Formats: sequence, structure tokens, C-alpha cells
Amino acid sequence: MADAMKDLDREHHLTLALDGETLRLSGAFSVWTLPLLPDPSTVRTIRCDHLTRFDTAAAWYLAQGMTHGMSIEGLTAMQQGLLDTVTASLPKPEAGADVGTIWRRLALTTGQHVLRAGIFLREIAEYLGRFLVALLRAIRHPSDFRLTSFVHHCQETGLRAVPIVTLMSFLIGIVLAFQGAVQLRQFGAEVFVVDLIAISILRELGILLTAIIVAGRTASALTAAIGSMKMREEIDAMRTLGMDPDMVLILPRVLALVVTLPILGLIANVAGLAGGALMTWFELGVSPSMFRYRLVTETDVSNVIVGLAKAPVFALVIGIIGCHAGMKVGKDAESLGAQTSTAVVNAIFAVIVMDALFSIFFAEVGL
Amino acid sequence: MSENLIEVRGLTTRFGSHTVHDGLDLDLRRGEILGVVGGSGTGKSVLLRAIVGLIRPAAGQIRVLGQDVSDLTPLAREALERRWGVMFQDGALFSALTVQENVEVPLQAVPDLDPRQRAGLAQLKVAMAGLPWHANDKYPAELSGGMKKRAGLARALALDPEIVFLDEPTAGLDPIGADAFDRLIVGLRDALNLSVFLVTHDLDTLHACCDRVAVLAEGKVLTSGTMAEMLDVDHPWVREYFHGPRARAASAGKG
Repeated sequence: MADAMKDLDREHHLTLALDGETLRLSGAFSVWTLPLLPDPSTVRTIRCDHLTRFDTAAAWYLAQGMTHGMSIEGLTAMQQGLLDTVTASLPKPEAGADVGTIWRRLALTTGQHVLRAGIFLREIAEYLGRFLVALLRAIRHPSDFRLTSFVHHCQETGLRAVPIVTLMSFLIGIVLAFQGAVQLRQFGAEVFVVDLIAISILRELGILLTAIIVAGRTASALTAAIGSMKMREEIDAMRTLGMDPDMVLILPRVLALVVTLPILGLIANVAGLAGGALMTWFELGVSPSMFRYRLVTETDVSNVIVGLAKAPVFALVIGIIGCHAGMKVGKDAESLGAQTSTAVVNAIFAVIVMDALFSIFFAEVGL
Repeated sequence: MSENLIEVRGLTTRFGSHTVHDGLDLDLRRGEILGVVGGSGTGKSVLLRAIVGLIRPAAGQIRVLGQDVSDLTPLAREALERRWGVMFQDGALFSALTVQENVEVPLQAVPDLDPRQRAGLAQLKVAMAGLPWHANDKYPAELSGGMKKRAGLARALALDPEIVFLDEPTAGLDPIGADAFDRLIVGLRDALNLSVFLVTHDLDTLHACCDRVAVLAEGKVLTSGTMAEMLDVDHPWVREYFHGPRARAASAGKG
């Protein structure tokens, strides 16, 4: 191996000798020895005798020198041939597009982002419309509806999410009870912890956290599934076979979400209350029957209605965003990954925005 | 001029119990374009991968530029890898980098090379691979299949290698693009004094470029020689391959 390394050294060895205005080179004139050479515009004459190696990098150096009036001596015919090839294919820079000042570019990118956001909202509206049209079609022609697919997606997005949703909500109930107990004990108002848990879980947290978990689970799954079909042109194939992707792909998936998310929300409510009841029992000695009594007498049922009324809307938002992102996947794997993470972020963000809008709405109508 | 740059002797490769090559011998001579053909699944690409060291053979010896590739120190291996370039089927460009940055990647191994010179050399290689100037700043996802292959070739040629491995360079190209690519390969071989190991299915490419053809079948090189010699080989698969209707059309086209 030592021999190989010595070979390598010799191969990368170039001797330069300045003789008046002439630069004499011998040895390996290649990309590896290019850094040794002076700027090609400063060399008047170059003599290349006994070169052991002459590659395109060397020819490129000489070609650049020639444009500054360098004269070259001592090349063999083969080296001259390479030099001619390189000279002929020297890239000619094209005038790039005028990018303008930093302010102009700033305004330009800002405008592009606004425009893109506008297009995104328009497309989301379009997909919502396509879903509704598909739904109406399924109601008018029930035989067009893919029941098997629908049941499968109910299982995927609903049933399989039950354990994680239950556990998460149960833990949130425990946290609320514990924190509430610590604060309310200062006023001797421990028993109000039941109201605190009931209202916050039933009205907000149960359904919001469920929707966020489902957004993370299902929006990414929707985008990945539809996106990989889009990538392999399966969706185009479907169209040519007379199958409507809206009916086959979007309707069963989104409808499954709309049906299962309220159920998941209800499960989350029950689990959250159970966690809260357990913790108040241990921490404050409020027995489960006392908890139940206060829950029924003091907490208005409107809280449950307000909470669960949001679920189908959240489901719609998550499903539409997931399907839209899947349809936007291009031909390369990279766009699939990018769209999947965008779908999750957008879905969670949209769920929280919708929740805020609901809060304002319900406050205005006095529920 | 019959110095062998690649010598494969008794190569055996296996995936589990499936034997791909069984005692395969192959030579690549200096300055020639060797076309490696064979039916699907005969291990053309596997052979290429074994030679460049991406797959460890089960048995046999592979010598590239006089060195045994399975028995190299990491340093010697690195030095050897700079003397060959590989173009994968779809170009295998780094998707996070522009075309020019892709071609600059191998050039980063050169110590003390000025970034301006590196950029200039990369642009030269992009131009030599027949890509227009504006391709430099494009990302691989924005290129067509043919342009990706050209960019992959530019990257393979970045360090002026002595051997270039091309994996199906014309697959998926339209006839005009494939023809242009064939001429590009021959032109670059003549200009840069390359030796080319070319895996292909394309009979037109075999006619247009290859000095010698090696036919892979039954885990071995069944036969090798010039295109004219291939036509006389008496083996059912070889006869069907080189005398089939497509082969006749290809040879008619090239006269």
C-alpha cells in the first residue's frame, strides 16, 4: 500500500519554473495541482514539457489564459485536442434575471407568500366543495358509495385511535384535578374542582386534544397514502378507468373522520372525567358519588353539546387538509415528505384556529 | 493498448441462496467502451456494484487499475475511488443540492482549490455534459430524465476519472435524446481518453458506442467481442438478442 501512496504523491507533483516571462511546467498538470498555479490572466507564456498528466482542469486553466492572450507551447497533439474540446465547450454565462434591490426582493417574496396562502385557501374551499358534491352523489346513488372502504377507514382513524385518546384524556383529567386542587384549597373551595374539570374537559380540552392527536395521526396518514398513489400515477390511472378519486379516495376517508371524531371526543370526555374523579378522590377525598352529584347538578349539559358540536367541523378540516396535501404531492419522494409534514402542521393549526372561532361564536350566542 | 484496467476473475456473488454470478471473468481494456448486456436479472447492475465495491462478492478477485478492490486500506480505497466515476440509472443526484453544487461535491476533495475555480470547473463539466447554462442553478427535481442523466455524468466526470461506469445511460430517454447521449459518450471518451463500462439494454447504444460487448447469462460472461462477432455466436439467447427484430432495426439504422 505504501507504493500506492507514493504513486499518488508522484501523480500530484507539478514543478513550476519561471524563466523570464515564460512559466515552465513539468509533472502532473491536473485538478490536484491547479491550486499551485498563478492566476491565468497574469501569465504571458506557458511551456508544458514532459507533462505526466493533463486533464480538463489543466485545459480549462489554459483556455482561460488564452482569453487573456496567454501563449502556450509544447503541448502534444492529444493535449491540444483536449484543449480544443474544452475551449469549444467553455460555458457562456447567460445574463441572469434581474433580482433587484433587497427591498424589491422582500416585497416580491412577501407578495408570493400572500398569494400562495390565498391559493391554498381557495384550494381548500375547492376540496371541501368536491367532498360535499361526492357526499350528495353518494346520497342520491347509494350504490356508488364505497362502504367497505368507509368501514376500513373508520377502523383506521377511529378504533385504532381509541387507546391513545383515552390515555391522553385520562392523564389530562388527573393533571387538571391535581393543579385545581392545589389552587382551590387556598380558598377552601376544593369542591369546585369538579366544576373546573367538568367544564374544561367537556367544553374545550377533551375535543381539542383529541382533534390535535387525530390531526397528527390521520392527516399524515391521509397525505402519505394519497400522496404515494399520486406519485405512482395511480390517481391518473383511476381517472382513465372511470373512477372518480373524490368518490373513491376522499369521500370514504373524510366521512370516516367526520363520523369517528365525535365518538372519539365522547370517549375522551369520559376518560378525562374518570381521571379527574380519581384524582379528586385521592387528593381531596371527594368520593365518586359526590363527584357525580356535583357533575350532574352544577354542570350544564350545554357544555357537552358545545364540545361535541365542534368535532365534525374539526374532522372536516383535518380530512380536507390531509387529502388536499396528498393530491399536491409531485413525482418525487421529497415532495411526499414535505407535504406530509405540511399537512400535519396545517391541520393542527387549523383546528386551533377553528376552536378560537367557535369560542367567540359561542360566547356571542351565549351558550 | 490492450492494458486491462479492470480484471474480474472467478467472481461469485450471492443474495442469500440466490447466486447471481458464478465464476464470472471480465476485462475492461484502456480506452475502450465495453457494453455489458444481458436479460433482466442476469446481474448487470450487480456486477457494476461489485466492481465499484458497493457489494462484497462471495468469492473471486476484482482488480481495478492494478489494485485488488476487496483488499485496500481506506486511504488507498479513497485514492482509487477518485480514479473512477459512476453514473447511476437516474443520475442519483443529491436532491438538496443544485446541479452545479452536485458536480462540485467530488471537487471538494481537492485541497486548496479556490471556490471560484471549483465553481468554474463544475460549470465546465456541466457544459461538457451538454447541459445549458441555466441548468447550473436548478435542483434535480426540476430536471427532465435526460438532463438528470447528463448532470449525473457531469458529476462522474468531475475529477477526470480514468474509468467511467454508466448504468443504463439511455434507458427512459427518447430516441433523439438517447442518440445525443451516445454521441456524448463517444465524444467524451475520445476527448478525455476514458475507458467506459456501460451497462445497457439499448441495442442502438451498442451499435453506436461500444467497441466490445460482453453478454451476461447463466451467471457468467457468455461471450464477449465486437458487435460483428456477436452476430456469429451460436447461442439461443445471444442469437435472439442480436438477431431479433429490434436488433435488425438497430443495425439497419447504423448501416
